[in-house]
Amino acid sequence: MMKTRNVILHESQIMKIHYITAIAALFVVAVHILMRLIMPYDMSLQYENVVVNYRNIPYALLLESILVLIAIHGFNGLRIILLELRQNKTWENGITIFTITAMIAIIAYGTRTIIMTNQLGLE
Amino acid sequence: MKEFIKKIGIIKNRNGKEDDIKKEILRDNIVIRVFRANRTKGDSASYDSFEVPVQRWTTVLDALLYAKSYHDSSIGIRYSCRMASCGSCGMKINGIPRLACYTKISELEGSTITCEPLANFPHIRDLVTDFSQFFDHHKKMQPYIHNENSDMTDKKGLIEFKQSLEDVDKYLQFSYCIKCGLCYSACPTVATDTKFPGPQALSQAYRYYADTRDNDTKERLNIVDEKHGIWRCHFAGSCSAVCPKGVDPALGIQLLRGHLMGFSKNEKKIAKLYNQREK
Repeated sequence: MMKTRNVILHESQIMKIHYITAIAALFVVAVHILMRLIMPYDMSLQYENVVVNYRNIPYALLLESILVLIAIHGFNGLRIILLELRQNKTWENGITIFTITAMIAIIAYGTRTIIMTNQLGLE
Repeated sequence: MKEFIKKIGIIKNRNGKEDDIKKEILRDNIVIRVFRANRTKGDSASYDSFEVPVQRWTTVLDALLYAKSYHDSSIGIRYSCRMASCGSCGMKINGIPRLACYTKISELEGSTITCEPLANFPHIRDLVTDFSQFFDHHKKMQPYIHNENSDMTDKKGLIEFKQSLEDVDKYLQFSYCIKCGLCYSACPTVATDTKFPGPQALSQAYRYYADTRDNDTKERLNIVDEKHGIWRCHFAGSCSAVCPKGVDPALGIQLLRGHLMGFSKNEKKIAKLYNQREK
């Protein structure tokens, strides 16, 4: 009989998340770029307009979703690239821990920026 | 050295125009460059050249055996059937993994033909490589039918497993694999990741997964669904391009991925439910 492995997520489940985040990121980034066209492009990037975007709750949620989707997709992609460089347990576990930690740190820092600029509950 | 090109066929493209002319190059003799090194003695690599007379039907294996018989008997080469059935004589011919017995000199360009050992395999001597790792990956896929009704010790309980032509069609091309290792040699992922099973093993995993006589579907998927498993395939397609038996390992890998993702319908499960309903 074959042995069953105890893993939190199977590689197929991780890859499903990888592909879904890629498709979802395409959609939200497209919306984000199209939002630059509602006024002249250079005007949309002026400080006041950018802050207004952050203070608009639906737009802040869009930015948060871009951050989460791209961080998950990007760091899993990095994990896959690094996995192929060396083949030993220490390296595999090391890069898994590194990419998950880096992903959480980036999401936490980005979320903090969005919350602070949005001034949620701070006014 | 006499050399002339003879047109033996015209390939027409979709628009009906002449696209490419299939040709064979007829020569009196060629120079065969053979990779030489004995890794067990720690030799450095070099190339030896031998002039070999050729006929229209001479294969690279014939040329190598001529060089071995009349020039240097110490050339290390592995071969057996001489008819592309055993998969022993795989080597890089002019940089492309091919079977020496299945490659005619007349289909190769240039007056010098270079023979090198297969890439991605540990090198032993001259054109001979070590297939242990390759066969280990193949064995890991458990290339045999898993079915509780196939207990050979209980001869009275043995039953016949019937399959329709449609059932056979799902895996037939993958069962033509002769384990020559050409796809494994051409695979860019194997070149960097030695734990990656390679196209041959993965296409065999699909071959048994798709076989309706096998009923260990979940466990089969578990074998390939790991960090260095099926997901590391970059889909370069070079495995399918070099296969001498017309097997398409890249297709097998993509089909198996479809099942792992849940995109493809589980026909075995459907057939099982259908049988249960009929009973």
